Amino acid sequence: MRIVVTAKYVPDINTERGFRDRRVVRDAGEGTLNELDENAVEAALRLVEAERESGRLGPDDGEVVVVTMAGPDGDVALRKAFQLGVDRGIRVSDDTLAGSDYFGTAAVLAAAVRKLGEEAPVDLVVTGMAALDGLGSVVPTLLGAELGLPTLNLAKKVELAPAEDSDPSTGSGRVLTITREIDDVTERLSGPLPAVLSVTDTANQPRFPGFKLIMAARSKEIEVWSPADLGLDPAVAGTAGARTETLSAAPRPERAEPEIVTDKGEGGVALADFLIRNDLV
Amino acid sequence: MTNRTVLVLLDPATEVRTSVLELLTIARGLGRVEAVALEAPTVEVLAQLGAYGVETVHQAEPARGGASVTGDERHLPAVVAAGLAAAVRLTDADVVLLPTSFAAKEAAALAAHDLGAGLVIDAAALRDQDGRIVAGKRVFAGSWDTECLVTSDVAVVTVRANSAVAQPAGTAVEPVTEGFAVEVAPSPVTLLSRAVKTDTSGRPPLDQAAVVVAGGRGTDGDFGPVEDLADALGAAVGASRDAAFEGWWDTYVGQTGVTVAPRVYIGAGISGAPHHRGGMQASQVIIAVNSDPEAPIFEICDFAVVGQLADVLPQAAAEIRKRKA
Ligand SMILES: Cc1cc2nc3c(=O)[nH]c(=O)nc-3n(C[C@H](O)[C@H](O)[C@H](O)COP(=O)(O)OP(=O)(O)OC[C@H]3O[C@@H](n4cnc5c(N)ncnc54)[C@H](O)[C@@H]3O)c2cc1C
Ligand SMILES: Nc1ncnc2c1ncn2[C@@H]1O[C@H](COP(=O)(O)O)[C@@H](O)[C@H]1O
Repeated sequence: MRIVVTAKYVPDINTERGFRDRRVVRDAGEGTLNELDENAVEAALRLVEAERESGRLGPDDGEVVVVTMAGPDGDVALRKAFQLGVDRGIRVSDDTLAGSDYFGTAAVLAAAVRKLGEEAPVDLVVTGMAALDGLGSVVPTLLGAELGLPTLNLAKKVELAPAEDSDPSTGSGRVLTITREIDDVTERLSGPLPAVLSVTDTANQPRFPGFKLIMAARSKEIEVWSPADLGLDPAVAGTAGARTETLSAAPRPERAEPEIVTDKGEGGVALADFLIRNDLV
Repeated sequence: MTNRTVLVLLDPATEVRTSVLELLTIARGLGRVEAVALEAPTVEVLAQLGAYGVETVHQAEPARGGASVTGDERHLPAVVAAGLAAAVRLTDADVVLLPTSFAAKEAAALAAHDLGAGLVIDAAALRDQDGRIVAGKRVFAGSWDTECLVTSDVAVVTVRANSAVAQPAGTAVEPVTEGFAVEVAPSPVTLLSRAVKTDTSGRPPLDQAAVVVAGGRGTDGDFGPVEDLADALGAAVGASRDAAFEGWWDTYVGQTGVTVAPRVYIGAGISGAPHHRGGMQASQVIIAVNSDPEAPIFEICDFAVVGQLADVLPQAAAEIRKRKA
């Protein structure tokens, strides 16, 4: 059972976020592992742990590899993933990758998954539901399309069941079933492994890093791959491959000072009055 | 205006949601408007589309390996995407517009992948620039405005609700429905079940409402006052994630819940955590009712009452009903 988790390095939502030269500011110290990718890491770890507990995997079998496409600061995200217990961390980096759009990102991540697949079969790719900087929620779908794999998106519940003829050493023969609640629809979908899975923040509660893992994460090696290592056509990623281009980015004007009323028995009337006065009813 | 063709997704085709009317309004400003449906539109739907200037409804007849794709399967993103991509090829359309729902984002991504089109998610405005599409987006919890140019021939764009005021066309037209065959690629994914939540509250859907009243942990489980004010305003009701996790309400507003950008958002007993703000900060007017004068939501609001929500909301509701009468 070998699982690849894709994880993004994003500006912390608790800090002042912004743009510089039409690019998102990703200064070190203010970036983190996309919080929603912690749910992806958690889902992957639990699937491997469950397979071990069931005896379908040996106690030392199974691997969770995290891949990120980011500049060197992105190591922050990988270190955090190590603290949670992932086995391997890979950063795909190159100046030419800057400015990638959704398709470029998906193409790069797909190429990394393929390269990992050349070493040994990859049974599952797990992603978060959205990157908290752009909130696109489309990379998982595109990753599935690039890899030509069944894609099960936005799971709030994940079940993995072996088929009769499954080979215990790999994921083949296993069937993934998810429950998702999107918009006003509840669906159950299933598909055979290998597959792409995205999980929501309600799928699980990410674990807290253990002391031993925190210590070990400091010295763990991060593998850095270039687009050339992936055999990637430079024309598909970065600004060269992007089908959209940011023309401008400007901070919104600050909201005017709010009008604050302390309720002394007339607070509700004041609220109604504000709405009516401003033609909002 | 250019001679651009703009396709608008109509899914389901049994009703025209407010968000679709907004899309049609935006689409008319960009070119000739046509709709794509995955099932037969009803007579009422056609009349509404006509009023909004839709000349043609392209009704996809999806089939997989010779067998017609029917029922719930028609709404699967892969099937919707196949319909959209085929419609673009059929009509030589330049722009595809969809609402910003999770299902539509998935369909938009697949269609754009298939077409080699540029993809913009959650646009708040669209304009023409020398024959190309420029999309305006509000990002980082509504704190920055960005504009992005689609450089490919075809643009697939999801548009957030309340980006435009729905406006019928100057002159109504009579839309014609034209069926077209769509071959859907075989899929290893099986749809085991699909259930659509039926809403009997009579309130507008949260993601499309012009006014939203949301309750948080401060309600302590009693959403009565929240519902009361919502009904006085004809508003939708939402919650914070914490309130939803407590089981007090089923849909929550926020980065991972429903993203809303209504004309008016009223948060009661909600502290205004960054995750919550990310899903509502782009609202036009923000009002807070909170007993804690230091609550972070006060930093982003236009009007606030410091007080007990159980006192303030019913009084506001009663006052609005009185003044409206
Ligand atoms: C990955 C992740 C994703 C998340 N996504 C979301 C999301 O999409 N949406 C979301 O909402 N949250 C989300 N959260 C949770 C978020 O961080 C906050 O925990 C949550 O929004 C807080 O909910 P609250 O404001 O109702 O509760 P609290 O923060 O506890 O605030 C309650 C407020 O009620 C006030 N209050 C108490 N009593 C009264 C009274 N009688 N009258 C008036 N006011 C009163 C208090 O002063 C306080 O300000 C997410 C968290 C994580 C980790
Ligand atoms: N640059 C990236 N590196 C690694 N994973 C990514 C990257 N961008 C997006 N992802 C993955 O795709 C998911 C959805 O991202 P998005 O579609 O951008 O909202 C994230 O939760 C990540 O798992």
